[in-house]
Amino acid sequence: MSKTKHFIDQIGLPRLIIGLFFIILIIASVPLGLPMDAVFSDILRRWLMYSILVLAMVPGIQCGISLNFGVSLGIVCGLLGATTAVELSSQNEGVGPWAALGIALVIGVVLAAVLGVLYGLLLNRVKGSEMTVSTYVGFSIIALSNIIWLTLPFKSGELIWPLQGIGLRNVINLEGSFGGLLSDPTVTSTQPFPLNYLAFDIGGLTIPIGLILVFALCSFFVWIFFQSKAGVAMSAAGENELFTKAAGISVDRMRILGTAVSTILGAVGIIIYAQTFGFLQLYNAPLMMSFQAVASILIGGASTMRAKISHVAIGALLFQGIMSTALPVVNKLMPNSMLPEVVRIIVSNGIILYALSKTRGGHQHEK
Amino acid sequence: MENISKEYFGNRVLNQVSLQVRPGEIHALMGENGAGKSTLMNILFGMPVIHSTGGFDGTIKIAGEEVKISNPNEAMHLGIGMVHQEFMLIPDFTVTENIKVGRETGQPTLLSESLGKSLEIMDWESMSADARRALDLIGMNIDDYARIAGMPIGYKQFVEIAREIDKKGIRLLVFDEPTAVLTESEAANLLDIMRRIANRGIAIIFITHRLDEVMQVSDQVTILRDGELVAIKEIKDTSVVEIAELMIGRKVDKLVDQCEDTRTLSDDAIALELKDYEVDMPGEAVRGIDIKIREGEIIGFGGLAGQGKIGIGNGIMGLYESRGEVKVFGQTLDLEKLGEALRHDIAFVSEDRRGAGLLLGESIERNVIFSALQIHNRFTSRIGFIRVLNRSESKAHTQEMIELLDIRCTGSQQKTGSLSGGNQQKVCLARALTMNPRILIVAEPTRGIDIGAKKLVLEHLLRLNREQNITIVIISSELVELRSLCDRIAIITEGKINTILKPDDSDADFGLAMSGLKKEMVTK
Amino acid sequence: MKNNGWVKKFRSFVFENKVMLLFVVLTTASIIISGLPLTVIAGSVFERFGRNGFLVLALLVPVLAGLGLNFGLVIGAMAGQIGLFFAILAGINGIPGMLVSTLIATPLAMLFGWMVGRLFNRMKGAEMIAGLILGFFADGFYQLFFLFVLGGVIPITHEGLMLPGGIGVKNMIDLKGYRMPLNDGSGGETVKGFIEGAFDKLPIGDLITAITIAVIVYLLVRGVMVMMKKSTFGLRDLALGIAAAVSFSLLQIPAIKQLLKINNLNFLTTLTIVLIVIAVWQMARLVYAFILHKREGTEKTDVEAKSPSDVLSQSPDQKFLQKSDSRRSLLILLLCAVIYGLTYIPPIRTIMRFIRIPVFTYMLIAGVCYFTRWLLRTRIGQNMRTVGHSQVIANASGINVDRTRVIAMMISTVLACWGQLIFLQSLGTVATYTQHVQVAQFSIAALLVGGATVQKATTKNAIIGIFLFHSLFVVAPEAGKQLFNDSQIGEHFRVFISYGVIALALAMHAWKAKIKPNLGISAVTGKSDKDNSKIAESS
Repeated sequence: MSKTKHFIDQIGLPRLIIGLFFIILIIASVPLGLPMDAVFSDILRRWLMYSILVLAMVPGIQCGISLNFGVSLGIVCGLLGATTAVELSSQNEGVGPWAALGIALVIGVVLAAVLGVLYGLLLNRVKGSEMTVSTYVGFSIIALSNIIWLTLPFKSGELIWPLQGIGLRNVINLEGSFGGLLSDPTVTSTQPFPLNYLAFDIGGLTIPIGLILVFALCSFFVWIFFQSKAGVAMSAAGENELFTKAAGISVDRMRILGTAVSTILGAVGIIIYAQTFGFLQLYNAPLMMSFQAVASILIGGASTMRAKISHVAIGALLFQGIMSTALPVVNKLMPNSMLPEVVRIIVSNGIILYALSKTRGGHQHEK
Repeated sequence: MENISKEYFGNRVLNQVSLQVRPGEIHALMGENGAGKSTLMNILFGMPVIHSTGGFDGTIKIAGEEVKISNPNEAMHLGIGMVHQEFMLIPDFTVTENIKVGRETGQPTLLSESLGKSLEIMDWESMSADARRALDLIGMNIDDYARIAGMPIGYKQFVEIAREIDKKGIRLLVFDEPTAVLTESEAANLLDIMRRIANRGIAIIFITHRLDEVMQVSDQVTILRDGELVAIKEIKDTSVVEIAELMIGRKVDKLVDQCEDTRTLSDDAIALELKDYEVDMPGEAVRGIDIKIREGEIIGFGGLAGQGKIGIGNGIMGLYESRGEVKVFGQTLDLEKLGEALRHDIAFVSEDRRGAGLLLGESIERNVIFSALQIHNRFTSRIGFIRVLNRSESKAHTQEMIELLDIRCTGSQQKTGSLSGGNQQKVCLARALTMNPRILIVAEPTRGIDIGAKKLVLEHLLRLNREQNITIVIISSELVELRSLCDRIAIITEGKINTILKPDDSDADFGLAMSGLKKEMVTK
Repeated sequence: MKNNGWVKKFRSFVFENKVMLLFVVLTTASIIISGLPLTVIAGSVFERFGRNGFLVLALLVPVLAGLGLNFGLVIGAMAGQIGLFFAILAGINGIPGMLVSTLIATPLAMLFGWMVGRLFNRMKGAEMIAGLILGFFADGFYQLFFLFVLGGVIPITHEGLMLPGGIGVKNMIDLKGYRMPLNDGSGGETVKGFIEGAFDKLPIGDLITAITIAVIVYLLVRGVMVMMKKSTFGLRDLALGIAAAVSFSLLQIPAIKQLLKINNLNFLTTLTIVLIVIAVWQMARLVYAFILHKREGTEKTDVEAKSPSDVLSQSPDQKFLQKSDSRRSLLILLLCAVIYGLTYIPPIRTIMRFIRIPVFTYMLIAGVCYFTRWLLRTRIGQNMRTVGHSQVIANASGINVDRTRVIAMMISTVLACWGQLIFLQSLGTVATYTQHVQVAQFSIAALLVGGATVQKATTKNAIIGIFLFHSLFVVAPEAGKQLFNDSQIGEHFRVFISYGVIALALAMHAWKAKIKPNLGISAVTGKSDKDNSKIAESS
C-alpha cells in the first residue's frame, strides 16, 4: 500500500487527477463518435503551439523571480514584431512568408531582450513580491498595448479596419504571410523541397514536423544554456542567494539575465502560437495567456522555485490536452460553447492556487 | 527548578541541572554557548519547542509548589516574565499600546454584553494610567502616548520591561543578555533599574556573559558548562577570576595527534593583514580588528556567540558590507567588489552549512566544482562564445575529492541535502580545496559532527597546513578545538580582539578574555 | 535655517504622496483637455461616488489586519449578485427587494469570507496574489452556477431572466423590473422585480421617520437599562431625546411631509444643511463649556488633562466635553462660515446646483466610515491592528492571530457584498457575467490613488481616491477624442491607468520594505538605534 502512496507522492495528486481526467475525456470521445484522428491532431497541435510559451517560464523560475506572470511583456513584443512583419510583407512583394517569419522573430526578440532587461531591473527592486508585481505589470502592458494597436501607423489592408481606418483589427489573418508555415499541410505543400515536408497528413492525422523541430531546437538551447557557466550560476542564484553571493556571483545580474531570456522566449512563443493558429489576436486576447502558461508548467510538476524542461513538455500536454478534448466532448453532451472556457478558468486557476498553497507553507518570502 | 534534564534527539543538552532563585534576589546565570542556558529558560517558559521534542525530566516549583508549565501563557499566569534580547515591540504603536498589547482593558457596552468581549471599547485612559504606574516604577520619564519608532534602544528596553512589570502578579523576571545592545551609560541605568525591581520583591534571573556586571549587581551566580551544573556561588564569596575559571573548565587533552612541525613562521611573510576592519553582519558585528596572520600559520578566532568572530570570515568573503583594509599577500582587496577574496586565493568554509555553504537540491558534483567553475573557469570547454560544463572532467575530480575526504555517499550525483552533517561539511571543504587556495578560512568546522568525524576533519586541516603550507584561519566557539590545533588564538569580544593567547595559557586567562575583561584590569 | 525645514517638509510630503499628486496632475490635465463642462463632470463624479463609495471602503479592514489589498473583493460582489438574482426571481420590488437580496446574500458572503480567510491563513505572506488568483477561480464557479446550475440543475422559468432554452441566465438582468401578468385573472400586468434606485430614490421623509423611530427605540432600551441600575442617563441621551421629539412633531405637519417626498438633494442644499448642523453642534459645545467653566471656576475645560488622576476623577459629562478644545470649536465655526461664503461664488454655486446627492446612499457610506472608526476603538479592532503590524508579537501576546484574520476577511467580504448591491441598484442593470470582474481592480486602484498603501489605508484615502480616480474615468474618453480623435484610446487609457496604479503601488510597497526594514524589532545593533542612543546621551 505504501508503494502506491509513494507513487502518488512522486507524481503529485493534482497531476494524477488531471491526468486521469484527460484519459477519461479521450476515452469518452470514442462512444460519442468523434473523429479520433482529428482529436489527436488537435491535441498535438495545441500542445506544440503553446509549448514555447510554457518554456518561457523555466528561466524565470530557475533564476528566482518565481512565476513570471509578466511574460505578457514578451508576448506584446512578439506581437509587435508580427504585425510589423505582416505590414512589410503585404506592402512589398519581395517579402515572402519565410522572410516575414524571420522579421517577426528578429524584431520580437530584440524588443523582448531590451524590455526584458528593464523588467528585470524592476523585479530586482521588489524581491519577495515578484508575483504580484509581475501580474500587474503584465496587465498594464496589455492595457498599454491596446493603445498601441490603435495608434500604429500601419497601412496594410490586412491589419487596419476597412472604411474607418483607425487602429488595427482585433484578429489579423496570417494567411497572406507566415501562417501555417510550420504546421499546416495545406500551406507547406506549396513550399519548395524539402520544406514541403514540414507538415503532412498520415491517414487523417496531421503531424507538424516543423513545430516539433522548433520546440526541440528551443528546448535544446535552453538545456545548453543551463549547462553553461552562466546557466549554472543562474540556477544557483534562484536556489540560494547567500551561496551564490559567497561564490562571487551577482544575484541581481543573474535575475536580470533570467528575466530577459524568459521575455525573449515569450516573444518567440507567441509568434509560433500565432503561426499555428493562423491568426494574430490583439487587444485583450492575450490577457490571460500568462496564467495558462503558469498553470501548465505547474501541472507539469514544477514548483515556484525549480523547473525542468520535462515539466514543460508534460505540463503543456496535459493542460492543452484537456482543452482540446473537452470542447468536442462537451459540445456533444451540452451544446453550450461557454463551458470549456469556464472549465479552463477553474482548472488553470485551481492549479496555480494549489501550487501556491503548497510552497507557502514555510516560505516567508512574499509580502 | 530541580534536576532538570533534557535531550534533543539523543543529544543530552542538560543533565541534572538545578536552579534556585529567592524572591527579590538578582541571580546570574552564566556559561558558554551551548552550556544550556537557553534550553533551561525555554523549559521554564513552557516553549513549544521543548514539548515537541520529547519534554524534559525534573520538576519546577514556584513558591514551594510544584507546577506544570506547558505553554508561554501558563508561564505568564504563574508570574514569570521575560525581557527578550530581540524586543517584542511594535514601532508604530505608542508606549501604552505596547505595554498593554494583548491585555488591553475594555469598557463593556450594550453590544459587548450580547456579542462578546471583542466588542468592548478600549479604555485608553485607564490603560495610560497603568502604563504610567509601570514606567514610574522603573523611574522612566517617557510620555506614555509617544510612539516607539525612533526611540533610543535604552528607552525601548524600558518599555519592554514595563510591559512585563505591568502583568498582574509578576514574580520572576528573566533578562536575556540585556546589555548586549546598550551603550555604557544605558547599561548602568539598566542595572539600577534591575536593583529597583528586585527591591520590590520580584526575583530576577540575569543571563549575561559580562562578569563585571554580574559582580556589580547580582546576589548569587549559577554556572553551567556543557549541560552540567558546575557551581553556585554567592557573589560576595567569589571573584571574577574564579568565575571565569569555572566557566571554562579543566584542561582537556588535545583532540589531535601532533605531527612533525617543520614550518618556519616569520613575521616578514604575512598572508593576511587586517587593519581597522569592520563588518556589518547582523548579530555578529565586527568593530575594528587589527591583526597580521603569518603565512603557514594556523590561527584561531574564538569568543562567545554574537561577539563578532563569525562576522570576520563572512566579511572577508564579501557576504556582508565591510570597511577597513584587508591585504592578502601584500595586495589590498577591493571590499566593494563581489568575489574579490576568492580571486585572491582565499577559500571559505561557512558556519552556515545548509545556508551559504551548500546548494542542498544539487548533486555533490555540482557543489564541489561550483566556485572553481565560476572563478577560475575550470571544468569547462568552449563552444563558440559560451563556456559549457565538461562533465567528464568534473565527475572525475569529484570522485577524487570523495575518496580524499572519505565522503560517505551513494555517488557523486547524490543530492547534498540528503547527506549527514559531517559529510555535508566535507563537501563544503572539498569545494574550498578545489579552489587550490593559499588561505583557508573555516568557520565552526566541527559543529554538529560526531566525535569520530570531528577528529578526521581537524586532522585533515592539520595535514593541509603542514604538507601544503596553506594558511588556516579557524573560527570556532569550541575552545578545545582551537587549543588543539592553533599556533595562536585571538579572543573576540564586542567585535574587537580582546587578547591573543597561546593554547597553553591558563583557563582563567581564556575565561576572562571571553567575558570581555582584560587580565590587567582585574584586581583580586 | 527656517527655510530649510520648510523645504524638507515639502519634499517629504511630495515623496510620500507621489502617486496621488501624479494623479492630480493627470486628472487636471485630462479635465482641461476634454473640454467637458465642470457641471457635468461634477455631477457624474458625485453620482459615481455614491455608487462606488461603499465598495472602496470595504477594502480598509483587510489592510488594517495586515492582509494587504483584498483582491478577493470580487467574491463578496458575487455573493451580492446571487442574492439579487433570487430577489428579482421572486419578483419583489423596491426596499423589500433590497432587503431580501441582503438577507440571502449576507450569509453567503459570510461563508465565502470565512473560506477566503482560512485560505489566506495557509498562505501567510502571499495573500494578495492568492486573493487575485482566488478571484478568478471563484469566477469560474460563479459562471458555472449562472450558466448551468440555474435553469439546468435547478429548473427556473422566468422569460425575462433566463436564456432561450431555459438553461442559464441572460447576459443582462434589468433592475427596472419585468412585466408579469397579474395573478387575479384580470389580464392586467404588473411590474415585478423593480429594484433599481431602491436606495437612491428613497424619499427623505421615510428616512427621517425611520431614524426617529430607531432613536426612540434606543432611548427606550437605555431607559430599561437605567431602571436595571446598569447605567445612567447622560447628556447625550438628552440631546437625542430632544432631537427625536422635534423631528417627530415636525413630521406631522403635512406641508413638511410633502416637502420631504423628495429623495435626493442638490449639493448646495446638502452642504448648507451639513454646515448648519456642525455649526449648531459646536455652538452647543461652547455654551456648555462656558456654563461648566462658570460653575467649576477652573480652567480645566480649556486644557487637555495630562495626568491620569485628573482624567479619572471627571464625570462622564466632563469627559464628553474634554475631547474638544474651545479653541477647536471656534476654529470649526470659522471654517463653516468660510465654506458657506465660498458657495456664493457664481461658478461654484452653479456647479453645486447640478450635483444631486441621493441621501440614503450617502448616509450608508457615512455609516460605513463610522463603522470603521468604531471598529478601531474596540478590542477586536485593536487586535487587528496588532496582527497587522506583527503576527509574531500578536501571537506571543495571546491574540488568536488566525481567528482575527478570518474575521477581518469576513467583514470585508460582507461589506463588499452590500457595496455591490448598492452599486447595482444605482446602475439599474446587471451584466451577469462581467459586472463583478473589474470591481476589485477599480476599487483598489481608487484606494491607492487616494494615497493608501498596502500597509496603511484610511477613510480619507478612500474618499479622496474615489473622487480623483472617477474624475479621470469620466473625462478620459472625451480627452482621448480631443487629443487623438478617438475616444477608444481614452477608454483604454483609463484601464491602463487603473492597472498601472496598482502595479506602481505594489512596486513601491516592495521597494520601501527593502530600504526601511522595521525599525526596532531587532534589538541587535541596527546602527540607527544606537545612533539614537548616542544622540540622546550627548544632548
